[in-house]
Amino acid sequence: MNATFLRTARNARDERRQRLVKTLFGLMTVLLVLPVLAILTILVIKGGPALSLDFLLQEPTHGMTAGGIMPALVGTIWLVAVALLASVPVGIAAALYLSEYARDNWLTRIINLAIINLAGVPSIVHALFGVGAFVLFFEFGTSILAASLTLAVMTLPVVIVATRESLQAVPHAFREACWNMGATRWQTIRKVVLPNSVSGILTGIILEVSRTAGETAPIMFTGAAFFLPFLPSSVYDQTMALSLHLFVVTTQVPDVPEALPYGVALVLILIVLVMNAVSIAFRTWLRGRKKW
Amino acid sequence: MSADIVSLHDPGAGDVDRRDAAWYWDKLVQVLVFAGGISGIVCVLGIFVFISKEGFGFITNTMNFTEFFSSPEWRPTSDARPTYGILALAAGTASVTGLAMLVAVPFSLGAAIYIGEFATGKVREVLKVLVELLAAIPSVVWGFIGHSIISRLIVTMFDVPVGLSVLNAGLILGLMAAPIMTTIAEDALKAVPDGFREAAEAMGATRWQVIWRVVLPAAKNGLLSAVLLGIGRGFGETMAVLMASGHAINMPDSIFDPVRALTATIAAELGETAHGSDHYSALFTLGILLFAVTFVINLTADIVVRGRGKR
Repeated sequence: MNATFLRTARNARDERRQRLVKTLFGLMTVLLVLPVLAILTILVIKGGPALSLDFLLQEPTHGMTAGGIMPALVGTIWLVAVALLASVPVGIAAALYLSEYARDNWLTRIINLAIINLAGVPSIVHALFGVGAFVLFFEFGTSILAASLTLAVMTLPVVIVATRESLQAVPHAFREACWNMGATRWQTIRKVVLPNSVSGILTGIILEVSRTAGETAPIMFTGAAFFLPFLPSSVYDQTMALSLHLFVVTTQVPDVPEALPYGVALVLILIVLVMNAVSIAFRTWLRGRKKW
Repeated sequence: MSADIVSLHDPGAGDVDRRDAAWYWDKLVQVLVFAGGISGIVCVLGIFVFISKEGFGFITNTMNFTEFFSSPEWRPTSDARPTYGILALAAGTASVTGLAMLVAVPFSLGAAIYIGEFATGKVREVLKVLVELLAAIPSVVWGFIGHSIISRLIVTMFDVPVGLSVLNAGLILGLMAAPIMTTIAEDALKAVPDGFREAAEAMGATRWQVIWRVVLPAAKNGLLSAVLLGIGRGFGETMAVLMASGHAINMPDSIFDPVRALTATIAAELGETAHGSDHYSALFTLGILLFAVTFVINLTADIVVRGRGKR
């Protein structure tokens, strides 16, 4: 009887193997994360000196080999803002439909499949779609409007998935309680479901901002320009964009001082990572605060 | 429905007509929300319709199917005789994606198992957040890293003349795809009910035995779909491959050869073509091909996951 609880040679071997495997996988995780952290460190070291208030507030000069990134920064803000205006309402409506109205039928399956596929379509195919649909067919020309709508289509799945998740996190009993009081579906959504999920939806939108700001291929041919000496004044203007600017100063412009593209890359990655970190922190805080 | 029932009765006999403002709002919102609900379908169909519309001219007029799929000569701007063969471009995409998966699949599955099954508490939270942040780095920044940092590293380490090659783009793509695959794979592991693990542990199995004999077989389909989505991601990646692969049309012999990918070709050439020209619609035809392939990959990944759900 006692022998059952003694450590046999087999137990010892199993435990050794267990430790070995754990170390191995731990090492793999470290190896996955470490090179990227090293690269980020290089970016900070090489790009850091280029950063200054002037860098952010001046126009590029001397054929984009000197000066700052202000028009690109402003352009990115335009593109993201217009893209959000288009994708957030549609995305939230789609999520509301899937979470609150849709039954488990073929249409819902097709919608889900379409969303998965939309998220998987290569960014350059989105660019082709933007050219074919918004630039040519709807005759927006190469403009902020065309570029932003292309970005909106591309990031639609991000909003839908994040919003649907936070809607579904609201317990069903909340809705039932409201229906039992005689409220319509919409009254229930507006007074009960949305107030209880608005922070989760916000988290998804912040995530979308960071995705949108970093995209390059979809805006290359739909509205972003290599170099523009003036700021856009309406959605029908072209604009510079931070992501495309990084591509241009890295590969298209000769004799760029080394620190410049590092500086642009650093600004872009800071924007994206800070937005993401905010979104993650927000989510963690919400989880800790949840009352149900 | 309810309106019909109400109208059968005498309206004066105490039944309440429910069609007040709230009722109309409810119906209006239902319509609006349904319109939003099918937006995903509209977008996917729209993408297919509009890239087909632009690429159609090439497919019906100029395209020679044998040449298109079997010739390595992509010379759309040749004055004498333009040729549109995608073999070299497809080889570029395949070699880069293949190398990326070779690097990324073992590491991301290993990392997913470590984060999902071994790590606990704070370590696990920190690793999850780190992986999520890595997945957020934009592709143009990865391209820049390949172009400026990795290429120099390759030149000095392997003593080769150029650093922009299959190896560079493959590494970059691997680093890009790994966090995404890790996240999806970890979700797949998390979907295995804890009861499975507890049952195995109650029989005296070590953690690794639990993972190897119970968790991995149960999560097999989810892990496979993580790999498929990683492949799809690598296949469709544009900016990073454009900047790191060397962008030379070439059937690669070694990992130090520069290549050009399908996606990168569109990105590099679309700006220089005249609307409606053969070259222009040929690029849209490449787009149709990319769309079709990623569609099949995503569909397969979805079916693979669903297969698990049905059992």
